[in-house]
This record gives sequence, C-alpha cells and structure tokens, in this order.
Amino acid sequence: MSDNSSRDDLAPVAGNGLLHRRLFLKTGLTAGAGLLVAGRAAAEGPDRAPWMRAPGVGMGPSGAPSPFEEHVVRAPVGSQPGTTGAGVSRTPLQHLDGIITPSRLHFERHHSGIPQIDPGEHRLVIHGLVDRSLSFDAETLDRYPQVSRIQFLECSGNSGALIAPNPVDADCASIHGLISASEWGGVPLSVLLDEAGVQAEGKWVVAGGADAAVMSRSVPLEKIMDDAIVALYQNGERLRPSNGYPMRLFLPGWEGNASVKWLRTLKVTESPAMTKDETSKYSDLAANGQAELFTFPMAVKSVITSPSPGLDLAGPGVYRISGIAWSGGGRIRRVEVSTDGGASWAEAALDEHVLPHCLTRFRAAWRWNGGPATLLSRAVDETGAVQPTRDEVLAGRAPEAFYHYNGIQAWAVDEQGASRNVYA
Amino acid sequence: MSMLDRVFRLLIALAAASATGTVIAAEGPGLGAPVSESEAAAVDFVVMPDGRGLPQGSGDAEQGLVIYQRECRICHGDGGQGGPNDRLTGGIGSLTGEQPIKTIGSYWPYATTIFDYVRRAMPYHQPGNLSADDVYAVTAYLLAENGVIERDQVMTAETLPAVQMPNREGFSWAWPAD
Repeated sequence: MSDNSSRDDLAPVAGNGLLHRRLFLKTGLTAGAGLLVAGRAAAEGPDRAPWMRAPGVGMGPSGAPSPFEEHVVRAPVGSQPGTTGAGVSRTPLQHLDGIITPSRLHFERHHSGIPQIDPGEHRLVIHGLVDRSLSFDAETLDRYPQVSRIQFLECSGNSGALIAPNPVDADCASIHGLISASEWGGVPLSVLLDEAGVQAEGKWVVAGGADAAVMSRSVPLEKIMDDAIVALYQNGERLRPSNGYPMRLFLPGWEGNASVKWLRTLKVTESPAMTKDETSKYSDLAANGQAELFTFPMAVKSVITSPSPGLDLAGPGVYRISGIAWSGGGRIRRVEVSTDGGASWAEAALDEHVLPHCLTRFRAAWRWNGGPATLLSRAVDETGAVQPTRDEVLAGRAPEAFYHYNGIQAWAVDEQGASRNVYA
Repeated sequence: MSMLDRVFRLLIALAAASATGTVIAAEGPGLGAPVSESEAAAVDFVVMPDGRGLPQGSGDAEQGLVIYQRECRICHGDGGQGGPNDRLTGGIGSLTGEQPIKTIGSYWPYATTIFDYVRRAMPYHQPGNLSADDVYAVTAYLLAENGVIERDQVMTAETLPAVQMPNREGFSWAWPAD
C-alpha cells in the first residue's frame, strides 16, 4: 500500500468489502509480493538473476510475446461443421488490460474464411446512384486525407451465451470475447462518396466483401456520410488479413457484421438490398413473432474481466477489480460495481482514456474477506442509457433471440476464490 | 491555392474534426479511377427485392432437386430439413413458440434473398460454380419444399420477385429511428 493512502481509503464504501475508487486515483494499488530474488550471484557483489549473467537474445524483424504468456491466445476457436473459416475466435479479455486489443488477439467472425488478397489486384468500386462510378486501390487511398480513432468493434452475437436458461460454465473470453478495440486509421467515406457524387435518390449503401461469401450488408447513407471510414490501418500497421486487408468498412459503434471486411463494392441504392445477413441473420425476433431489421447500434455494456472464471483469488485480502465498459451511444459516463450481488454499489474509477465508441477501462478496490461474493458491473453512457439486467434484456424477446445481449454479468466467487458465471 | 496546399489544409481540418468529433464537409484529391458501366456490373452481386439485379435465366423445382442433391444436401439435409448446417425448410408458424425455427419458409421476408445469397456464397466450398439457371432452379426447389410455390412454377427474373413470402409482414425497421 502506498504511503499516501489514508486509513479512509481502506474503509468500505459499499457492502462486502468494496473500497473507495480513490485508491486508484492516487498511486495505485500494489500487490503484496515483494521482489523475488532468483538464483545466486556467481561472484562478489549484488545478486544477479540467471538472465542477468549473459547478454540476451538479439534483435529481430518482428516481436512476439514472452513464452510465459503463451496461454494468452484467442479461444475458443469454432467453425461451422465441415468448414474451417465460417465461425469465430474470441479475444481473451481476462488476460488483457488497458483499452487496446493487440491485433493478433482481435476477435474474428468470418463467413467463408480469410481471403489472401494481393493489394495490387484489389479495388474498391463505388457505383449505383452516383454521378461517377469510381474505383480506388489501397495505394491511391493512402494519398487521401485520413482520420484515426480508437474504437471498439463488437459482434452483435457477443454475450449471446447468456440467454441460456441455465448459466453456462464458461470464462470471460468464451462469453464476451467478441469485442475488441483498436486504433483504426483510414479515409472518411464521405470524401469518396462526395467525389463520386451521390444522387438525390440515394439513401442506402450496399457494401460487399471480397471473401468467398461476398459478405454484404446494406448501410444507411446517413451513417456512411457521418463517421464511416474505409479502414487501411489497425494499431499503426496495415490491417491484418483477418481484419479485412487491404481495406475494410468501419462503422463506429455499430454491430460488427455491418463493417464489411475486404471491402470491394459500395453500391448506392434507394433502399436496402435485404441480404441474407440483414434479414435471416442479424435481425431480432420478439416473443410475439415480429422481428426488427437494422438494429445497428451496440447498446451500453460492461463486464468485469478480473476477477473472472480461471483467475482464482489467492486468499483473503485487497484485490483490484478491473473491467471494460463501452457503448454504441458514445462515451461511457459512469461504471458502478457491486460485490454483494447488487445489494449495494460503488462507483468505479475510470482510466484516463474515456473515448466515444471505445472501450473504457474501469477499476475498483475490494477487500475480499474470504466468503462468497457476487461481482457485478453496471455501465451508464453519455446519453444516460443504463446497462440493463438480464431479465430486462430478455423481456419480450423470442426464446432463442441472442443478438444484442447487453445484460449485467454476474461472477460468483466461492470460498476457494474461484469465479463462475451465474445469474444474479 | 495549389493542390498540395488544398490537401494540406484539408488534412489539418480533418485532424481537428477527428479530435473534436465534429463532422465537417471534406474534399479529397480526386484520385478515383473512372469505372465504366460494364466494369461496375462485373463486380455487382446485388439483387434487390423488386428483382433489379437478377440475371436472365430460369429454373424449376425438379431441376433444382438434382442440383440440391449434388451440391447442398450434404450440409442442409434431405429436403432442406437441416444437417450439419442450417435448416432451410419448414417451421412455418413456429416463430411465437418455445422453439422458433427460422427457415426460408418460416422467416425470410423476400424470395430474392435466396438467389442473392446462393449466387454469392454457395455451395460453400465452390462458390460461383452454379450457373444462373442452376441458382434459379435451386431457389425454386427451396421455395417449393417450403410450400411457398408450386412444384411446376418456373423461377425467372420476372417471377421470383413476385413470390409472396409467408413472413413478409413479420418485420419492422429499427432504422431510421423514430
């Protein structure tokens, strides 16, 4: 504990040991362990760890995580029967911190694998209700004005496992790992559409990909002209093939499926094309048999990433609760945390970067007394939208409607310090 | 103002817009390559609900059955009843039940979507391998298996958009918001 933490900082502010978020607004919380002294010095003088006794390995063309971090991989990876590229892989949220997802760990949702595209042979064609049909390759787009924004991308099927009548025995990645955040750089589509000259009847834009499924979605022109980009860069490097190399559509705050990867065509139309992915999939069926189309924005949501299943507590004491919150409605305004199943709540500390349509990292201090606890987080965005309970999300939905699930996640901590998914 | 100046000013304006989140009208350097009508048509897969975008060609359920057995059955099962992958037929009237079964017949609002999707993406391992006649035939087969059309009805660019899907009125639009 840092010296300038007063006794008050360690006084609970909510039930079951939640401490004041002030703890994180000062110098931060240090874990109990001191410096380990590994090995003994070969000669006189202060100790050297084994890796301090000879020069380390040399430089290389590309970096990789420590071999001790080999467990930090996307999981689980699943594909439709008989296929290898029609499915998902999930970001290991419980092993990450901060708000930016390393590109190698960005979640995947592909419909027919990852095309290996030669950028010299790839063009984006803008056509339909425009004055001039135009094409652009990646090299040409790189000469255009570009914007860069740190924003989340979330599959609308994310967290859908929580509609199950009984809580699944799964970890944070398996339930919530279809969300990632990156610095996305690219050309505002308004610039390209203005160059093509959208005609007065043009109201929608049908985006098509260069994958084997020719993935397609209809997007309102209003969104395209507002803040959509054709992304070329992800976290400072060219897009990974799994994220649409050499170019993808990126629609801030909207369901990931509509941000078509490997973008090949943008056709301006007066109405939506009613493609398979915007009618038979990615539409939301209510209990009364009626379904909604074009439910684009991702709603306000949060999840505690630590503690969570697989990250067991070592024993009673002070712990850092950490998690992520986000909203398609804009910035996160506030996150509250409970350790007593919602009987009482305390406001979490938000990390410095609170950006629109981005992950926001929150933290809370908690003194675990060794007894059972149920951890919850609840986010509020700048529009005032409050993350709902599971019951509130499911009210009025058809039994198997799993898209756009944003209910409050509960992790139950048992007396051994192990967490599991529960419905609170 | 030189072209370079113009682009440079624009870059600054965009950077400012990005920082403040405001939307500004932007202008690019105008480097898009002209695309002819035939070049645009060559990359255009879009079939609209009113039939625009459908190619010439025709097919019926009998022809479609042959193609279905060869290309589709292994994943979607006999008569589209489902196999390792999606069920395509039946389930009409199930949407308000305990286990809604979402198929072409029970859920899809537009018949044109079948043609659009099959031509884009199917068969999974060899997309693009079916002729326009083949796609019309498979579409006719799936519609007939669902009881939406008669077995002898021929699907063409004219007849397909006229097919009334059972769940056509089952959808509302969340966009644009009220």
